Amino acid sequence: MMNNCNIQLKVYKKQKVKLLLSQILLLIIFLFIWELLARLNVIDDFLFSSPSKIFSLLLEYIKTNEIFKHIWISVYETVLGIIIGSFFGILIAIILWSNEKISKLFEPFLVILNALPKTALAPIMIIWAGTGTSGIVVVSISILIVITIISAYNYFISVDKEKIKMLKSFNANKFQIFTKLVLPSNLINIISIIKINIGMSWVGVIVGEFLVSRAGIGYLIMYGGQVFKLDLVMMGVIVLAICAYIMWKGIDILENYFSKKRGMK
Amino acid sequence: MDVLKFNNVSKDYCNKGESLEVLKNIEFNLIEGQIIAITGPSGSGKTTILNLISGLLKPSKGTIETSGEIGYMFQRDHLFEWRNVFDNVIIGLEIKKMLNDDNLKKVNRMLDIYGLKDFKNSYPSELSGGMRQRVALIRTLAVNPSILLLDEPFAALDYQTKLKVCDDMYKIIKKEKKATIIVTHDITEAISIADKVIVLSPRPAKIKKIYDINLTIDGERTPFKSRNSKEFKSYFNAIWKELNNDEQL
Repeated sequence: MMNNCNIQLKVYKKQKVKLLLSQILLLIIFLFIWELLARLNVIDDFLFSSPSKIFSLLLEYIKTNEIFKHIWISVYETVLGIIIGSFFGILIAIILWSNEKISKLFEPFLVILNALPKTALAPIMIIWAGTGTSGIVVVSISILIVITIISAYNYFISVDKEKIKMLKSFNANKFQIFTKLVLPSNLINIISIIKINIGMSWVGVIVGEFLVSRAGIGYLIMYGGQVFKLDLVMMGVIVLAICAYIMWKGIDILENYFSKKRGMK
Repeated sequence: MDVLKFNNVSKDYCNKGESLEVLKNIEFNLIEGQIIAITGPSGSGKTTILNLISGLLKPSKGTIETSGEIGYMFQRDHLFEWRNVFDNVIIGLEIKKMLNDDNLKKVNRMLDIYGLKDFKNSYPSELSGGMRQRVALIRTLAVNPSILLLDEPFAALDYQTKLKVCDDMYKIIKKEKKATIIVTHDITEAISIADKVIVLSPRPAKIKKIYDINLTIDGERTPFKSRNSKEFKSYFNAIWKELNNDEQL
């Protein structure tokens, strides 16, 4: 039996490695074709750039340490947006959960706010909150807070009513029901909300940096577009993708850790 | 001594502006150490009686006298998957802020003698259905209630487990000397476990009849032995008839 189990584990690991290798291969093929088409002048590398040009530009930026300045600013703004937006979003969801009257009162407004494209309001928000980091963070918060409230609230109210009744049979109050049941049972859900918020926050930060900034990845992309340095635009997008992926992976590891701890996976 | 008394209790629900009578003039009493089973057609308000006793609902008419704490156990065990067995058992103590050495010792004692000694650090997902149910019972008993309410406690279990768990729970309840009300739709379960069986009518539920269960049993009573006693069948037939009278109407 033990042997059989070990073999299965090996097969499973092998499959995982195979999958990863295939994914890397796919990326390499894509980059190779892109490079090839650019070299053969099938595509205009002034408009579409090419992997080698992007790479050499990136090296240049790394050598002068300039790229790290831009990454730092954008990551800082994004993380700030995620933390503040998620915290207040969940806090508001808790208030709505604890009081049915308030939740009914605000429901239509939340639905409308959610449907509204928040980026349309970005220029005004930057004027209100200031043109520096604060304005950009506010744009990012505005994009993610409403959906955070709505999804956290929905997770909170879908907790098993019978379990609440069980706690009430011990005379539990609202606060105890929240801390002992609603919050721990939704820990994984809250992590997945934060996971979604990473993408949302990046949208806010990039839009904000497009509008006003002197540094950041969004600034690099915008600047590159304005001076027709499309290598720079492409490089900005790739750096952005790498940053977003690393942040996402970090939360993903956290999620797996908690899932495993509870024996759910 | 009475630990629970229903004085002419009625309960109405409001449903979209219409009043719905669920219970009508319910009157009975529960004395120390006694087990009463309540049975009746589905939707007759069996669970409503438990919710009234536990104070989750208020009666529309009449009064309910209770003495001491009330422990409520549900059909499903409602164990928290993120807490181990021990932490699940003490949740009532946590909420009531009764975490002290005495109570923890008591909890440990119950876990030890009721076959969960080696599972204190296990998570609910690692336990069998019967064990989960025992954990839920100990969680209920941890706050030292004087009245125990059981709402279809065996309904989620398969037949064999049900018979075993029923014996286990009976032993625990009798050993801890708890006055108990058990709601069940299973007539055989009611007769096998209870000292008294209350039969309810369809909605609005009135008490149709109260049966005192007297069985001839060799040695100590267990629900399983009860099922084999010679009076069992006649009780079953009487209650069966009582419940099916209404359907012919």
